[in-house]
Amino acid sequence: MRRDNDNWIADLSRDGPKLDGALSDLRKTLVRNLHKALSNHSHVDDSFVEDVVQDSLVRILDRLEQFAGRSQFLTWATTIAIRIAMTDLRRQRWRDVSLDQVVSDADFRPERAVDNNLGPDEQIERKTILDTMQAVIQTELTEKQRTALLAEMKGMPQDEIARHLGSNRNAVYKLTHDARKKLKHGLEAAGYLAEDIQAAFAN
Amino acid sequence: MPMSKHEIEELMRLIGLTKDSEINCEQCLALVAEFAEQELAGRSIHDGLEAVEHHLSICPECREEYEALQRALGEMEDEADK
Repeated sequence: MRRDNDNWIADLSRDGPKLDGALSDLRKTLVRNLHKALSNHSHVDDSFVEDVVQDSLVRILDRLEQFAGRSQFLTWATTIAIRIAMTDLRRQRWRDVSLDQVVSDADFRPERAVDNNLGPDEQIERKTILDTMQAVIQTELTEKQRTALLAEMKGMPQDEIARHLGSNRNAVYKLTHDARKKLKHGLEAAGYLAEDIQAAFAN
Repeated sequence: MPMSKHEIEELMRLIGLTKDSEINCEQCLALVAEFAEQELAGRSIHDGLEAVEHHLSICPECREEYEALQRALGEMEDEADK
């Protein structure tokens, strides 16, 4: 049965056969969409998708009031299912990796990003920017900001950083955003604007 | 292990893109369905959705989820065309 957004919300807000029918239709759509969305993950099987869809239906019903009708309901529902699936896949991939393993020795060494293929002026500019950044990292960032930023740059997913810090993804995003802002403002105070930074590292 | 040249360059890219005000992953999730439908329809992105576009350029997880959504939506549209 085809439903518009209002019908989806109405049916999912009821009890009885209307709700059961809507949940059954939503479940089938999410299974199909997740298979397409995760088609590049070869180890994703039917059982994984079924589990994710089950969790997704609960989450979608919980958040029904948050649906603002600015997209198709099924698109919105699919975004929630994808987030649950991806979070689970990342957890599986990183479950045996500790935050300590990722950030221990993961320091910022400016000399690593000096490119000997560049001309002398460009090399000096890069080095000055990187030295300034190193100073800001050491003096301005909190321990948590430094840890979250380094872990993220080493490829650790925010959900996983959050799990180790006893936090959540939004809080980790705030930590790294605050760290980036401090670095940006520190570079600006030294005379380097965003466009200078992008130009110096465009090669 | 110290950050590699590529990782340092990626950090510089992110710093260059950083804005004082950015939406977080939860706020992105609330808006990304609308953003994806606009993009798929080839419509220009209005002001309220520019923050989503910016967040997707910064956040690798949301970007990965958005690319997955695009795969699902692309095929949803193909089916609707049949």
